[in-house]
Amino acid sequence: MRIRFLAVVILLASLLSGCGYNTFQTGDEAVKSAWSEVINQYQRRADLVPNLVSTVQGYASHEKEVLTQVTQARAQLGGIQATPELVNDPAALARFQQAQAGLSSALSRLLVVAENYPQLKADGAFRDLQAQLEGTENRITVARNRYIKAVETYNVSVRTFPNNLTAMIFGYAVKPNFTVDNEKAISTAPKVDFSAPAAAGKSLPAGAN
Amino acid sequence: MASLLGRWPVWLSSLLLLLATGLAVAELPIPPLTARVSDLTGTLSSEEKATLEARLEAFEREKGAQIGVLIVATVKPETIEHYALRVVETWQLGRQGVDDGALLLVAKDDRRMRIEVGYGLEGALNDATTKRIISETIIPRFKQGDFYGGLDAGIEAMFTVVAGEPLPAPDAQAGGGPAADDSFENLLFAGFVLIFVVGGLLRAVFGRFLAAGMVALAASVIASFLLSSLLAAAIVGVVAFFVSLVVGIAGVRGGSGGVSWGGGSGRRGGGRSGGFSGGGGGFGGGGASGGW
Repeated sequence: MRIRFLAVVILLASLLSGCGYNTFQTGDEAVKSAWSEVINQYQRRADLVPNLVSTVQGYASHEKEVLTQVTQARAQLGGIQATPELVNDPAALARFQQAQAGLSSALSRLLVVAENYPQLKADGAFRDLQAQLEGTENRITVARNRYIKAVETYNVSVRTFPNNLTAMIFGYAVKPNFTVDNEKAISTAPKVDFSAPAAAGKSLPAGAN
Repeated sequence: MASLLGRWPVWLSSLLLLLATGLAVAELPIPPLTARVSDLTGTLSSEEKATLEARLEAFEREKGAQIGVLIVATVKPETIEHYALRVVETWQLGRQGVDDGALLLVAKDDRRMRIEVGYGLEGALNDATTKRIISETIIPRFKQGDFYGGLDAGIEAMFTVVAGEPLPAPDAQAGGGPAADDSFENLLFAGFVLIFVVGGLLRAVFGRFLAAGMVALAASVIASFLLSSLLAAAIVGVVAFFVSLVVGIAGVRGGSGGVSWGGGSGRRGGGRSGGFSGGGGGFGGGGASGGW
């Protein structure tokens, strides 16, 4: 009797693998690891900020406003717990994105200001930091794109036909992505207005191109 | 209703993503990887190409790291970062697991270049070092129109940096493309487990014919899962039924075992006779770009 029960369990398990349950597990882990990479790269950028600020301060100490903005934007990141669970909470994800976008725009303003200081631009440490910042921005772009793809794959697996029944039974929901709405908010509505007149018309020097 | 509305952005974004993927396909094609040095512009003479190629090959034999050079006319409308990443994701330079690949990409008419660095080399060829190689070693020569000199010196600088990095020793039979037969191998393995382990169990419980039917059913479900084709799944199911039946009869006659499942492990044995291929290295957007 017991062996018959065992056989039925094994059979059911093998059927379960055909209706998407395992796909959810694979996809879920893929999304998690892609998200970890996103956080990792954002963290790497945040870690560059203190060095960058102190280097710029050495040459342009009176640009207090821009420097303070960068420091504040970085401090705001600390208030957000960038855990993997963030992935499942659209509101928290939006907050996280907004804080990162705040740091992005503050950093780009700092680099625009730096353009006015030839000695700063010639400084080896600053150039190294700038290269690292550019590289990190590029890694962020890559990590975000890979995250978007991982979420897309996962969401498709949750929503397509036989799988969506399994998803309903086990409570797997679609995950929020870096949505287009968010992108728009990031690119068109900077939180703080431009303080330096030189900043107008110049675009973000790092990562974007 | 509310939940339907709430899902709308996901719909929309996946639609846009689909469109974006369509556009990405419509963008510049990635040239096939045939040699370490690919020049689509005819900038380098064939001797120069051969020299660079030989140096890169010697370095790979000695150190294991795969460095590729690609010269294209333009990468527009993409950015050089985006194009470079697409190239390395296709070419997969560097050994799998070590990720010690790098690509030196030049977009001649755009007057832009980039060194894309694999995960395993990011410590040595970090962003700052890479940027210095570009702006201090390569760009000054490119500015004078000396492309061979710039590439030669740039590669040399990369060798020097990478040589100081402890990497696993290159082994003779490394290489070969990334595994394309994964799902087939999975199927073989699943079939093996089904017929001999699960099938044996089922036979003990339900008898030969019923067990063979169940194995066939399970096999076709798994096959539809792995191969995503109903016809293939049906064929697999029929084959599984008969194999299971035969194994069952054989098992009854001469006990189990005796059937060894050899083969199946012809994986990554391709070697690299003649052509050149990436080893499966991963990239995450590290490196630096520059213009002249």
